[in-house]
Parts: sequence; structure tokens; C-alpha cells
Amino acid sequence: MSDASDTQVTPIRAFIEGAVRDHDVVLFMKGVPDQPQCGFSALVVQILDHLGVEFAGVNVLANEELREDIKAFSDWPTIPQLYVKGEFLGGADIVREMFGNGELKTLMADKGVPLHTA
Amino acid sequence: MGAVAETMRKKLEKAFAPTRLEITDDSDKHKGHAGAREGGESHFTVVIESAAFAGVGRVDRQRMVNKALAEELAGPVHALSISASAPGA
Repeated sequence: MSDASDTQVTPIRAFIEGAVRDHDVVLFMKGVPDQPQCGFSALVVQILDHLGVEFAGVNVLANEELREDIKAFSDWPTIPQLYVKGEFLGGADIVREMFGNGELKTLMADKGVPLHTA
Repeated sequence: MGAVAETMRKKLEKAFAPTRLEITDDSDKHKGHAGAREGGESHFTVVIESAAFAGVGRVDRQRMVNKALAEELAGPVHALSISASAPGA
């Protein structure tokens, strides 16, 4: 996570912090939710859609600096990355595991994220 | 087992003294995708059980594995699925 002693916040880092702060659920992914460019990103989109979670998708392929800085931001070397209410939840493996055992749905409910189930 | 998988196995054994370790090369499933290499060894699944993960949250468990394999992730390995657990958990 960002170091409070940092005096220089790059525009990219400010963008990341803003995205994580301003959206209840935000997914940094390869591609866009309607057209993921990677199987792992596609998997997380599918799970969120299945649960009826509204989320903001940020395409890291759109900006090389973003693609690198998101990894430093979370100390996590891979994409996708899911954030819920400002907190880093994990990547595809963790989201898949938490979906499989029901934890993800519980967590969304606990954090007050509305689920629009069909 | 390929050379990359063998290196990963050695590093994981050294770092975590696992009670269970399975490394699967999934590269065949990703042929032709971005990041897939000729000769495979680009996509792996690691299932690891070690006492080192006891009391550690799942995000940090995965960070530990990623750090142990940082060189491989920066090089030939494009994707790594990790399932890390503690014995009896």
C-alpha cells in the first residue's frame, strides 16, 4: 500500500488511489468487463456478474505505467486485482476460492455491497 | 518435469519445507494465447501445503509464494495459480 511519507504522488498513483477510494468494488483487469483479454480477468468478471456485484473495471492494458504501478501499489505481481471498499481482496485464485466456499458473497454483504441477483 | 518446474520445485522446497507440493504445467491449455511460449512452461498451477502458512492470511500466503518465485515470474512464467494452505487447515 502507499507510504504516507511519500511526498511525490505520481498522477498514475493518484488515479489508482482515487479509483479504489471512489468505487465500492473495483477490478484492475486486462481488457474491459465486456471483453476481457485474459482468462483470469474473465473469470473474476464472471464471478462478480454471477453474484450481481456492480463494479468498476479498469483496463491496465490501456496504460503501461498503470500496469506496473498497480503491482507496486498492492505488492501483488499479477493482474487481475480486486478491491472492495478500499481494501485489496486478492487475485483470481483468491476470488475463485472465496466464491467457491461462499465467503465472497458473505463478505460483500458484510461490507454493505448491494447484490443484484436476478 | 521441465526445467522451469524443477527450479520452482527446488525453490519452494527450500523456502517452505512443504508437507505437500504439486506443480502442474498448464501451458498446453493456453497455446496461442498471449504469454504462451514455444515449448510450454509458461502457465503453472502450484498446490502447496506448509506449516509456514499457519496463521497467515491468504493474500500474504500467496505473496510469500510469489516472492519465492519472483525470478520465474519475472521471466518465463506468465501465469501462476496458487493454492497455499497450512496442514490441517
